[in-house]
Amino acid sequence: MHKHVVVIYPHPDDEAFGSSGTMTQFRKEGIPVTYLCGSLGEMGRNMGNPFFANRETLPDIRKKELLDACKILDVNIKMLGYRDKTIEFESRDEIAEHIKGYLDEIKPTLVITHYPGEAVHPDHDAMGAAAVEAVRRMEKEKRPEVWAQAITNGHYEKLGQPQIVNNVEEEFEVKLQAIQAHRSQFEGMFPKMKGSSDFEGQYEEVMKRFKQEEFYKWTFEN
Amino acid sequence: MKAIERADVQKALDQYAEQDVYVHVETTNGAYAKHFNRNHNVGAYIRNAQVRYTRAKIVDAEDAFRVGLKMEKGWIYAEGVTDWEWNENGELLLAGHDSEGRLMVALQISKNPFRY
Ligand SMILES: [Zn+2]
Repeated sequence: MHKHVVVIYPHPDDEAFGSSGTMTQFRKEGIPVTYLCGSLGEMGRNMGNPFFANRETLPDIRKKELLDACKILDVNIKMLGYRDKTIEFESRDEIAEHIKGYLDEIKPTLVITHYPGEAVHPDHDAMGAAAVEAVRRMEKEKRPEVWAQAITNGHYEKLGQPQIVNNVEEEFEVKLQAIQAHRSQFEGMFPKMKGSSDFEGQYEEVMKRFKQEEFYKWTFEN
Repeated sequence: MKAIERADVQKALDQYAEQDVYVHVETTNGAYAKHFNRNHNVGAYIRNAQVRYTRAKIVDAEDAFRVGLKMEKGWIYAEGVTDWEWNENGELLLAGHDSEGRLMVALQISKNPFRY
């Protein structure tokens, strides 16, 4: 059984979409979960629908939403203070050391992050790579397990089947609440998705995907 | 933000002419455009460039507006702008949204740097 789980993603809402069901499972078992959130999603395109945010009010609004979501999920939150859409341009080395500082202190037995190169958004890829690097820099015996989440369309062909497949149907209600806590990003999203061209004919598939959270176990060469 | 009234925005733009101001300019089709089988992702973004413009003009383009700032040695331009706000920090915010409220373009002008 894991003793402490650290989740590392760049944006408020990545946690809700990515692994809130899994986090809820850990919390049910009484295992502490800490979310290290890279940015405040300052550059998000969604401003609410109908929109109520603007480029300058969005950071504070999303911060509040992040805190709400973490309350729903009953997890600790640390905000790392990077800026949305710029993480790949930062020093990988500095971010890795920054993250390692938290890992050294928290001593998690499991780290969940995005699969570098297979996570669609440049911030996801960069944050995932820095998280993996942070763990790699730890002494071999002290390294937590790393579960990496791939979201590219073609990741099954590339990486094969994920080792961890969590059915989160029982936690789905909480997951939905956590997603909806990010009001500026997802208000009315689920009804809209049915009609959106982005999800044409895929709605059922998407809902099914939401009820399953998959991770690849990272293996370190040395 | 509220729908642009051309004359009001023109007045606001004029107030920032002939002085050092900070601008934020961005445009994007979203980080997931490619993921959703649209064209590849495009976008550009400048935050807190200090500039000085001699003249500004907002032009009605029927479904939206175009805004041009003429500088001594160049231009700043944004199109597809639909909404605006002049907030309590004196930041003049202009933005264009799609039908789902997503930001597609922004041009912002301020006497002081935007939060970074
Ligand atoms: Zn994200």
